[in-house]
Formats: sequence, structure tokens, C-alpha cells
Amino acid sequence: MALENIVERCQDLYEDLDFTSVRAWKEAGANRKVIGHMPVYVPRELIHAAGMLPVGILGGGDQLDVIHGDAYYQSYICRIPRSTIELAITGRLDCLDGMLFPSTCDVIRNLSGMWQLKFQDKLIRYFDVPQNFHRDIGGVFYTRELQGFRDALSDLAGHEISDDDIRASIDLYNKNRQVIAELYAYRSAEPWQVPTPEVYLLMRAGMLLPVDEHTQLVHDYIAAAKAVERPVRDNCRVVINGLFCEQPPLGLLKSIEMAGCYVVDDDFMLVARWLLHEVPMDGDPIHNLSDAFITYSSETSCKYVPNKKDKGKYLVDSVRRSGAEGVIFASPSFCDPALLDRPMLQNALAAHGIPYTAFKFAENSGQLQPIREQAGTFADSIKLWSAA
Amino acid sequence: MTTAASQQADVQKEESMLLQKAMIGANFDALSTAHEEGKKVSSTFVPGNLNELLMCFDFVRNLPEINALQSAMRKKSGGYVMEAERSGHSEDVCSYVKSDLGMMAKGQLGPTGKPLPTPDVLLLSYTGCFTFMKWFELVRDQYDCETAMLHVPYQADGKITDNMRDFVVMQLKEQVIPTLERVSGVKFDIDRLRENLRESAKAEDDLVWVLQSAKNRPSPIDAYFGGIYYCGPIFSAFRGSKEATAYYVALRKEVADRIEQGLGPVTPEGVMDEERIRLVVEGPPNWTHFRDFWKMFYDEGAVVVASSYTKVGGVYDYGFRHDPDNPIETLADYCLGCYTNHSLPARVDMLCDYMEEYNADGFLNNSIKSCNSFSAGQLLMLREIEERTGKPAGFIETDLVDPRYFSPANVKNRLESYFQMIEQKKARGDSRTAA
Ligand code: SF4
Ligand code: SF4
Repeated sequence: MALENIVERCQDLYEDLDFTSVRAWKEAGANRKVIGHMPVYVPRELIHAAGMLPVGILGGGDQLDVIHGDAYYQSYICRIPRSTIELAITGRLDCLDGMLFPSTCDVIRNLSGMWQLKFQDKLIRYFDVPQNFHRDIGGVFYTRELQGFRDALSDLAGHEISDDDIRASIDLYNKNRQVIAELYAYRSAEPWQVPTPEVYLLMRAGMLLPVDEHTQLVHDYIAAAKAVERPVRDNCRVVINGLFCEQPPLGLLKSIEMAGCYVVDDDFMLVARWLLHEVPMDGDPIHNLSDAFITYSSETSCKYVPNKKDKGKYLVDSVRRSGAEGVIFASPSFCDPALLDRPMLQNALAAHGIPYTAFKFAENSGQLQPIREQAGTFADSIKLWSAA
Repeated sequence: MTTAASQQADVQKEESMLLQKAMIGANFDALSTAHEEGKKVSSTFVPGNLNELLMCFDFVRNLPEINALQSAMRKKSGGYVMEAERSGHSEDVCSYVKSDLGMMAKGQLGPTGKPLPTPDVLLLSYTGCFTFMKWFELVRDQYDCETAMLHVPYQADGKITDNMRDFVVMQLKEQVIPTLERVSGVKFDIDRLRENLRESAKAEDDLVWVLQSAKNRPSPIDAYFGGIYYCGPIFSAFRGSKEATAYYVALRKEVADRIEQGLGPVTPEGVMDEERIRLVVEGPPNWTHFRDFWKMFYDEGAVVVASSYTKVGGVYDYGFRHDPDNPIETLADYCLGCYTNHSLPARVDMLCDYMEEYNADGFLNNSIKSCNSFSAGQLLMLREIEERTGKPAGFIETDLVDPRYFSPANVKNRLESYFQMIEQKKARGDSRTAA
């Protein structure tokens, strides 16, 4: 497939707030079920192993007119829950048979209760992950939680989910993680070839498509991107941080690139990159998923860092690994996790002499000019710095 | 207000308030001299605090939220919040956190003006609020001390599962207790813990009795503005101590006397004359204008008969008591059971129960800008409660310790129209009953 066609397909998926592709998937077979999940992390392998389609629900972005949602939230709460409620109230989420609310923050936690009050006919689950990373403590808790989740899914599916089913799903998601790692490595090596708005759209497509289809799409994209030559600009290289939950308007990502920054790492759609290595295929698959979370999962503002000295290390590592020259913090307005974390991350960067800049956004931010100017000034200062 | 009633009020105020004031003052004194006296200091949050356990290791106990609210009542928090914002903290985040960090940046003087010591251990019971975890990391960043983190899972489905309890128990036994032993140099003695828990249970019995006294007409207490004082010792550094037990015995006696005399709640201006409106309130109070805020209620004859905030440091009125026979498990159940660790449907059920059991005329939500844990979802809760109870619901917005978010005229206007609506509804109901 040609590059433009792939990007166009992803763009169409992104813009389709009616979840047409998900409805089509559901109608293509008897008794197919779909489970929605909010950011940041749920083990999609188990949903897939139950024969169901996991679908990332990421709010309404800047395309949705929020009419009802504002009546559910005070002005000082972030945007994503109100546009998510709007999607549900307007019937757009009717195709979902269940909804998962991971333990990301108090807003998503409480949204699980709102769903319990309003949409009682669905499988609704608050998905608690441990903030204790000892195998014998947090690991034991999480393994049992995963088992409980597996049981709930098999009740909904009306059949057992075997260990082999889970292994087969782990295999597919391992392949997906691998191709996404390739995509990120390619962007970091030749960012002019892989514009970040395109990476974003590809990652968003992965929130809707069946995993094998998404894996193929990313393969195709990499091949197509390698086949074209795009102009190299004198941009600086940045890591962007804070986009793990509420989604940036696409225009914000475009603005950053247009302002002279190549994004070489990010925290979009972390569910797809949460487990940092392959999950083993042999042995007890539930234990393997649990152990992967406990021992080699990614980091974001929603996760506790047990040792003070490690705070912010993941971001410094990301800068080093991707050869970035600075970090742009783009945090959702009123997001306690991102905004409370930011000063600590900034301290860690400062200790390593890594420059940063910071601004806030909302999923429906329309005024992007100030962000573009700020990113432009940041890019210029980095260039001056490196020239000096 | 009758003179006799005013005199009575002064007497009552002196007995219970002075006792509590002395306890709090002594704790701030103990904190300021702890290190000189060779004592170790712990710092921990209110919901899910493990006071009985910390006492087993002779820690002098510091609670940052108490410092923040005490600073707010003394009009100091505004400056602290601004200080934190100047040093890079967002205007959008919880003001408790910023007040604490600003206080640290400005020399770590406690609300009474005495220095607060650097803690020897930070203990996080991560219960009912995600922000605690970030607050804890931010405070940890400033100190070079040991830390213990207790992850308390959320009761999303309205029940405590074995897995949740086992997880908390395991963390207590294998991580929290050994850390406290190591830092304090005191060996853990389970019988000492049992003894403290026994004291807690006695105080909890009396606290529940006091809170439930609001079922009387007139209510002898205000279960929000007054309730906050009544919960002070049990929510903070005193639960499990003999002083706390004695405080609640004295308080219970005072309230019993008020019931006998048919008296209403004691307010800062004496005993309330006439109880016109009975309210259930959801959400924390505003601390920066606490007295002005309270006055907006008692001036209109509105008394709060039940509140959720008085359950934030432990829900006792559904039967839970600290159990000395199961000392570690009971600590787990306590942490799991704090109000904001309950799901939204469970919170709605609890508030609807209160509306009925306490014969309330209305439900009022004080929505706090700072607090996502309480606030996210409150508008839906409000509609549910209004629908289920058929009683008028009101909504106001303030903040905990950031004075910029308390607009007296606005809050007063809203309250006045809300109270009018309740009175009209009551009058209509009364005339229907009469007909
Ligand atoms: S944007 Fe932040 S506060 Fe809002 S739901 Fe996401 S993590 Fe929570
Ligand atoms: S968010 Fe609410 S519960 Fe959490 S620390 Fe702030 S005020 Fe307390």
C-alpha cells in the first residue's frame, strides 16, 4: 500500500467517532464482543484471548461537540471524561459490550462509578494494577486480579479461555510490540522520514483494529516510508511527554514539527508499549503477563517510583536513547498526575543538563499559535545552545 | 439565643474544644522538640493512617493535611500555595499539596509557628486518592529519609475482596512493619498494637454515638462544621491513644447533656436557636473562610445532620471497628474502608441512607476545586440523590486551602437561594400534609 493510502486510512479511522470499523468487525461474525478501555494500560491479550476486540476509548478529541458531557463535570476537571461521557450518551459507544477503567487517576476511577450508575447492562470493570513491584507481593495481587478478569471475560464470552488461547494472543501482541519498536527506532534514526503526526495516527489505528491487522499496517507503513525520500530539515530533536491519557489535537503535533522540532520519542498510546520486552510464551500465561507488568513495564505519571533516585530516570533514558536534545512537556489542563509529576521530571532533566519547555493543552485546544511559538523558541534556543 | 443557652454554650465549648486544643498543641510541641529529645518522627496522610501501628514504634506523628488545614485556618495557606506556584507547581493541582510544599519552602514552620522536624520515615497509605502518591513523591524529593508505601486497592465493586485484604496485609507484614522497626529501633510488639486498637474501638463507639446524635430534633451537633472538630483526634495523631478515648468520653457526655436539654449545636456564636433546615453535605469544607462559611448556614437556621467528609478518615457508622483480635487484618480493612476508597454508587447509597435516617430536608454538595478524588462525578451523584430521595439538592464550589477560590458573595447567594427553595418545598409539603 502506498504511504498516502496508509496515512489516509489511519486518518479516516481517527476521524470516525461512530466507531464504524468496530461495528463492522462486530457484525462480521456471530456473537462477537467488543471491550472498550480507557488509558493507560490494560492487558489486551486477555480480551483478545476471549475472542473479543479491545478498543481504546480516548475521548472525543477536537472533533466532538460536547453538549451533554459538560453537565457531568465541573470546569476544573480535564476534558477526556466529559467527551467520553458524551460519546456514550450519544450512543456512539453502544457497540461496546464492556468497558474497562484502569487505575490511572481519580478521574478515571470515578468514571467507572459513573458508568456503573448509568450503563448497568454492560461489563464494567475498574482495573486495578499494583503500585507495589515485588513479585511476592504486588505480583501475587496482580496475578489474582488477572485471573478474576479472565473469569469475568469468560462469563461474558460464554466459554472458557484456555491457557493456549492466551498464549496465542500473547504471541500476536508480542509481534505488535516488536513492529512498534521498529517504527519508533526508525523514527528516532530518521525522523524526517517518519513525521510524528503519522506515527500518532498509526498508533491510534491500533486502538481500533484487530491486533494482527494493525501489526501488518505498521509493517506496511515502515516499508512505504522507506520507499520515499522526504526532505531533511534543520530541526532539533525532542521527546514529548504528558500525552499518556487525554489526547492532543492532531494540530498540536503538527505545530510542534512545523515549529522546528522532530519528535523522537513520546508517550502516546502507552498500552501498546507498556511491556518493554516480549512476554514469554512458555509456562503459565497469566503469571507471565503479571510478571511482565511487575518487572519490565514502562513508566508514566500514573506509576509509583519506589526509589527516589530513579524518579525521572525513564525520561532521561528516553532522551539518551533517542538522541534527543530536549523535552517538551505537554500536559493536559487539570491533570493532577501529569502536572504534579512534571516538576520532579524537570528536576531530573535539569540534573542531567537536558533543556525542557512546558505548556498545557486540552483535547479541544483550538488556539495553537502560542504553542507553536513556544516550541519554535525552544527549538531555536536548543540550536543556539548546541552551536555555542 | 437565650442567655442561659449562651452560657451553656461557653461551658460546653470550653470542655471539649479546650481538650482538643491542648492535644493538638502538645503534638505540635512534641514535633518541634522531637529530635532534641531523641525521638523519631513519622509523616503520613489522614485517610488510611496507621496511627495505632506508628504508636507501637514511639514515633511522634506528623500529618501534612492537618498542617495545611491548620495553616489555612490561620490564613497562612494562601502564601504557601503561591510560593509553590512560583517554584513551578501548576495552578491546576491540589492545593493541599501546594500548601505543604510552600510551607516547606518557607522554612518548615508549623501552623503554630514552631518548627516542624524533618521526618525520619514517610509512610504513605495510598488510600482513596491518587494525588497522595504524587504528594508523597514530591515530599520524598525534599527529604533524605526512609519511606514505606502501602498500596490500598480501590473498592470499585462496593466490597473488600480477599485479594485486596491479603495484598494490604502482606505489605504491612513484609514491608511496612520491618521498615518502621528499622527506622525506630523499636521491636514490633503485637500486644501493644492490640492495646492501641482496643482504645481505638472505644473512641470509635463514642464518635459514632456523637455523629448519630444528629438524628435527634433539634440536632445537638452540626455534623459537618462541628463534626470536623469531633473527628479531629480520631482522624489524626491520636486514634488509639488513651487521650483520644478520654476526649470522646467527654464529648459524648456533653452531647448527651445537650440532648437532654433540647439544645441545638454549638456554633462560634453560641447555641443555635432554631433548627429550620436539616442538610446532608458531601465534600470537604473550605478552610480559609471556615467561620464565615459556617455562619452562612447557622444564620439561616441550617444545620448539617450528616456529612461524608467526617468519614474520610474512616467509615465507622456501618459497623466497622478496629478489632484487637485481628490486628493486622483490621488495619487493612480500615484502610480499605475510608470514604473516598468507596465507589461512586456506594457513596450515593450512603448519602441516600443519610438523607433518610437523619430526616434531612436537602442534600448539598460542596465541590472542591482541588480534589478530583471527591469531585469527579459529583454532578451525577447529585442528580441520582435528588432523584432517589425527591429532596432538593444544591451545589456550591469552593476550595480547601486556596483562598482565591472562595467567593463569599457567590457562595452566600447560592446558599440563600437554595435554602429558600428548601423552605418553599417544605411549606408545600406541610400544606399538603395538613390538607
Ligand atoms: S487527563 Fe489526567 S486527570 Fe484527566 S483522566 Fe487522564 S490522567 Fe486523569
Ligand atoms: S486530591 Fe483531595 S483527597 Fe487527594 S490530597 Fe488533595 S484534597 Fe486530599
